[in-house]
Amino acid sequence: MKALLCACLAFGLFCVSPLSPANAVELLGAGATFPYPLYSKMFYVYWQETGVKINYQAIGSGGGQRQLLKMTVDFGGSDAFMSDEALEKAPAKILHIPTCLGAVAITYNLPGSPKLRFTPNVIADIFLGNITQWNDQRISGLNPEQELPNMNIVVVHRSEGSGTTFVFTDYLSKVSEEWKKKVGRGKAVNWPAGLGSKGNPGVAGLIKYFPGAIGYVELGYALLNRMPVALLQNRAGRFIKPSTTSTSIAANVTLPEDTRISITDTEAPEGYPISSFTWVLVFKEQAYRGRTREKARALSNALWWMIHEGQKYTEPLHYAPLPLEAIVRAENAIQSISYNGNPVVQ
Amino acid sequence: MEIPLSNKAAILPRDRSQRAESAFQIIILLSALAIVVLLAAIFLSLVLYSLPSLTAFGPSFLVRKTWDPVTGTFGALPFLVGTLLTSFLALLISMPFSLAISIFIGEYFKRGVVSSILKNVTELLAGIPSIIYGFWALFVLVPIVRGFQMKVGIFPYGVGIFTASLILSVMIIPYAASIGREVITLVPSGIKEAAYSLGATRQEVITKVILPYARSGMTAGILLALGRALGETMAVTMVIGNSNRLPHSLFSPGNTMASVIANEFTEATASLYVSSLIEVGLLLFLVTMIINVIGRFIIKKISIGA
Repeated sequence: MKALLCACLAFGLFCVSPLSPANAVELLGAGATFPYPLYSKMFYVYWQETGVKINYQAIGSGGGQRQLLKMTVDFGGSDAFMSDEALEKAPAKILHIPTCLGAVAITYNLPGSPKLRFTPNVIADIFLGNITQWNDQRISGLNPEQELPNMNIVVVHRSEGSGTTFVFTDYLSKVSEEWKKKVGRGKAVNWPAGLGSKGNPGVAGLIKYFPGAIGYVELGYALLNRMPVALLQNRAGRFIKPSTTSTSIAANVTLPEDTRISITDTEAPEGYPISSFTWVLVFKEQAYRGRTREKARALSNALWWMIHEGQKYTEPLHYAPLPLEAIVRAENAIQSISYNGNPVVQ
Repeated sequence: MEIPLSNKAAILPRDRSQRAESAFQIIILLSALAIVVLLAAIFLSLVLYSLPSLTAFGPSFLVRKTWDPVTGTFGALPFLVGTLLTSFLALLISMPFSLAISIFIGEYFKRGVVSSILKNVTELLAGIPSIIYGFWALFVLVPIVRGFQMKVGIFPYGVGIFTASLILSVMIIPYAASIGREVITLVPSGIKEAAYSLGATRQEVITKVILPYARSGMTAGILLALGRALGETMAVTMVIGNSNRLPHSLFSPGNTMASVIANEFTEATASLYVSSLIEVGLLLFLVTMIINVIGRFIIKKISIGA
């Protein structure tokens, strides 16, 4: 009995003893799942280069914002920028730092995988359930060279709340009055038609096994799995193929100082219209909850690295790199990070 | 040298052994109470966190058909219907199978290779993670159901309430079957032999002696299975179609309470949205409890009759 107690005690002490060196800075982030593969790669390389460990938990954009507001993490990740009200309610000023861009691709399952073109109105009407047949005149009119089958259209959407859905419905709300009135934009919406499936793999899986299905997935996921993607007409009237390049170009518009902008339905003539930034969120003033100056410094340096050296990891993983103007805005934001009022990065 | 425990207790002074006895009793009591406290705490926190939506929607939450996170109108009727439909349909489909299995290994083949294989396989079914069931349903069951729907002339979604019930029924068979087998083997051989000696056939013994004797225990097993079906999340989410509209037929896509929570909780940011999801959780809790209470009542009734 005594021996057991001793063993328990020893084990307990062993557990709490500081095994890691006390001076190693470790950063903790949480949030969006969309940039998770990219962040994992970036943070791994960063750890090898600098010895600073960054732990990122992909708990979703909403969770990332909540955890940052509760000050339990050093930074949050989010696919959607915070609203004015949310920023006002926050305990301190929050900075948005864009890290890369993503896009949403329209994918489908039709015999022969034809290359299809869509206009914004046709896409909206398909997802509203107004167009129900593949050989509808409005689709075949846009794709005269394709023989479209007499097949029911089955819409597939995400079943769980997701940043991908937010970007897609944000786009539809901009291009269609009816969508804006009936459905609106959000991470989860009241879908007027179709089936829901969980995650990109769920949507892709359902489409793959369902002739006549159409849905939306992250561009990276579609490219990685060689799924057929539709060309979409943008505001300039051109049909744009979704790619990392056309996504980056979509951000070539005048950006506000805090980069909180939706770039769906972009004005950029060669830009793909369903694109979006993804952000890292941090507090501007880093001296909170007994954080050290070193920690603030490590965070700023890591962010600086992400928007410069880190950008080269975007395209191999099918993310779109930041365009120049966005990098400048992000630099300004990082330089404004302070510790007790003094700038952290010179 | 250590003295074996039994001897040790014997040589302890009387008051010391009594002290140990009462300490043991207190520990037992506390752990039993902890469960009750935990259940009460879960219930209370569910009520507490769903207060915003309880006050905003009141009882209309139960009958409203729209679930619209954008405008902030929430009604749980489609999910309530989805959960009850899939669970009871699954129970109905699984009942003949679980009954047959429990009679077969409880009465016909009590020992032997066949029985032990069948017993282990059924119990193994309970150990398969639900995500595996989900994948199997998605890739095997859904195309089969789709083929059937095409033949019959229903819109071939493949996924939907019916498919979810099918996979649920497979998942709950082991629960009902293993308890059924247990209670069937508990039927005293005396009364069975008495029936045989009166010239009863095997079938008569089963239907007139064993089943009436074991039915309260078997009902308990079915109830356990139903509880499992009500709360099952992952496999159902994968094949039910996740459509938040009220299902209009058994083949149409729908959604259940557990799966809507699993789907939407992570990204719910607005406080009313979160609170409505928690209220769905509260509803699931209450539905499970009510069904349990009704079940208890039924068990009591039929055991008095037996």
